[in-house]
Amino acid sequence: MMEKFEKLSGIAAPLPLINVDTDMIIPKQFLKTIKRSGLGVNLFDEMRYDDDGNEIPDFVLNKPQYREAQILVAGDNFGCGSSREHAPWAIKDFGIRCVIAPSYADIFYNNCFKNGILPIALPQEQVEVLMKEAEKGANARIEIDLEAQTVSTSEGQVFSFEVDAFKKHCLLEGLDDIGLTLAKADAIDAFEARAAETRPWV
Amino acid sequence: MSPKTLYDKIWDAHLAHEAEDGTCLLYIDRHLVHEVTSPQAFEGLRMAGRTVRAPDKTIAVPDHNVPTTPDRVKGIENPESRIQVEALDKNAEDFGIHYYPVNDIRQGIVHIVGPEQGWTLPGMTVVCGDSHTATHGAFGALAHGIGTSEVEHVLATQTLIQTKSKNMKVEITGKLAPGVTAKDITLSVIGATGTAGGTGYVIEYCGEAIRDLSMEGRMTVCNMAIEGGARAGLIAPDEKTFEYVQGRPHAPKGAQWEAALNWWKTLYSDDDAHWDKVVTLKGEEIAPVVTWGTSPEDVLPIDAEVPDPSSFAGGKVDAVRRALDYMGLKPGQKLSEVEIDTVFIGSCTNGRIEDLRAAAEILKGKKIAVKRAMIVPGSGLVRAQAEEEGLADIFKEAGFEWRLAGCSMCLAMNPDQLSPGERCAATSNRNFEGRQGRGGRTHLMSPAMAAAAAVTGRLTDVREMI
Repeated sequence: MMEKFEKLSGIAAPLPLINVDTDMIIPKQFLKTIKRSGLGVNLFDEMRYDDDGNEIPDFVLNKPQYREAQILVAGDNFGCGSSREHAPWAIKDFGIRCVIAPSYADIFYNNCFKNGILPIALPQEQVEVLMKEAEKGANARIEIDLEAQTVSTSEGQVFSFEVDAFKKHCLLEGLDDIGLTLAKADAIDAFEARAAETRPWV
Repeated sequence: MSPKTLYDKIWDAHLAHEAEDGTCLLYIDRHLVHEVTSPQAFEGLRMAGRTVRAPDKTIAVPDHNVPTTPDRVKGIENPESRIQVEALDKNAEDFGIHYYPVNDIRQGIVHIVGPEQGWTLPGMTVVCGDSHTATHGAFGALAHGIGTSEVEHVLATQTLIQTKSKNMKVEITGKLAPGVTAKDITLSVIGATGTAGGTGYVIEYCGEAIRDLSMEGRMTVCNMAIEGGARAGLIAPDEKTFEYVQGRPHAPKGAQWEAALNWWKTLYSDDDAHWDKVVTLKGEEIAPVVTWGTSPEDVLPIDAEVPDPSSFAGGKVDAVRRALDYMGLKPGQKLSEVEIDTVFIGSCTNGRIEDLRAAAEILKGKKIAVKRAMIVPGSGLVRAQAEEEGLADIFKEAGFEWRLAGCSMCLAMNPDQLSPGERCAATSNRNFEGRQGRGGRTHLMSPAMAAAAAVTGRLTDVREMI
């Protein structure tokens, strides 16, 4: 079972960078694990720590007001680069359950849903409003309602977002999609039987 | 029948189930597996008491972590890397999947091994827990990277839950000028469309300049479809494709070959197929290019100058300022005067025999003028062929290290890494901050351009050397 995502009210951390890539989110030296857990401490490692491993105070997640952030607001094309699921694993392990950005790289976007993280895409101008809101720190909680597909600010502004119906259903219910697919084993068997006739060389 | 693109045809041929809400199950013909993104997937199978549905369609090879120095036959020193490779050894054994272990001559980068062994065939669906799976699109296969949860899903069900992407055509017309290669095409396309230009699309590359490329060159082009944001990149198969495939260990033979060929010849986009987006570049106008920043879209011809951040718009202004600071470059500086410390030739983008031949042509009888230079062949078989052709001797005489196969300094998970501030001319695919080692500075380019940089010690226009 995956952790359900229904509603979230939390502090949002502003990361006003475009093209945040998966090497930034979790550098390669942390991909050597054979586990899914424990990566949160290395989230954004090269921006978050200096060469000696000390925290860089200016980095957003090191600031006292954002240490408990559950939402990340970022720029265009978030999560570009490699397919490493270690990126959403690290985000989740840190405690972030929702990312808000104007757009995402395809593989990262899909990987989020498999891990109980909701990636929300909103128009640039709405992300800018939320970025300003996030800059207020702990005084400005952002509320996410997946069922209603809305993001609300502490000022009462409400933005609607789109999400694929199946992905939404799986997140709301915390469903394991392998189990769902295995329930369609008959269709897969039938496809394999047909393919064995039409493309026997595969 | 309505006209279809190549992508539409492959999609339709693999649709195993479509739910009422439009959610599709796409059947997967080949699942490639490596050591970094698979251990959690196999562990998930074990925890749930599940098994691999089609082990005969699943192929594994360790590549990301493996050292490329000759002493690796004695074992992997780094304990974490060793554990990951040992986990793959065990998972391949336990689940009965095809496997090329570290010391097998056929071992190499998964995207080089797949085509080399004939696992990758036209019209197939190919996935791997690695974003550069797009490489296999060169064969007219629908190939893309997936995350570890999806690796587990494919292992258990041999399908993927998918929604269909849109169709994008990238046409490269005319002929390439001397010194211009497949790498310059693919980087120039990303420079033109941006790293998110392909998001939501599957790209089909076409046009005379693409047709003229060898299979190796086509793999280079498709390899970087992901850097342009696309789910996949593909090229319609033709006689060059069939010739490359025929006789490979896992290619069909006899009557099956004929049957396969008949179907493969139907794999092209119909004349009046619908395209959601079209980008056209003139082959004659493509120059040898290098990247100057920390995103693969930061591409310019080698005779250009480092751009000014203020010449960009929106979030890119700050991004460029940050990139130039990271790269240690000043606006207005000539790219051809940027001094290089290190040269890396290899990776799934440019680790094939043709790439090594292109580098050797420049390096023949020359010496390197950089601190270190290495050539990492994409597979054990590429390495053996390069030795047979005398290329290895040229590299060694020039002062290059001649390594064993693996991903190596492309992502620097093994000991091959840049130090802070070290500047590298690389034939790999990503110039992100820290990609080749913390603080390392990467300039992406073709193998010929990287070889030219090795000889002069600075970014160099290869056209001056041919």
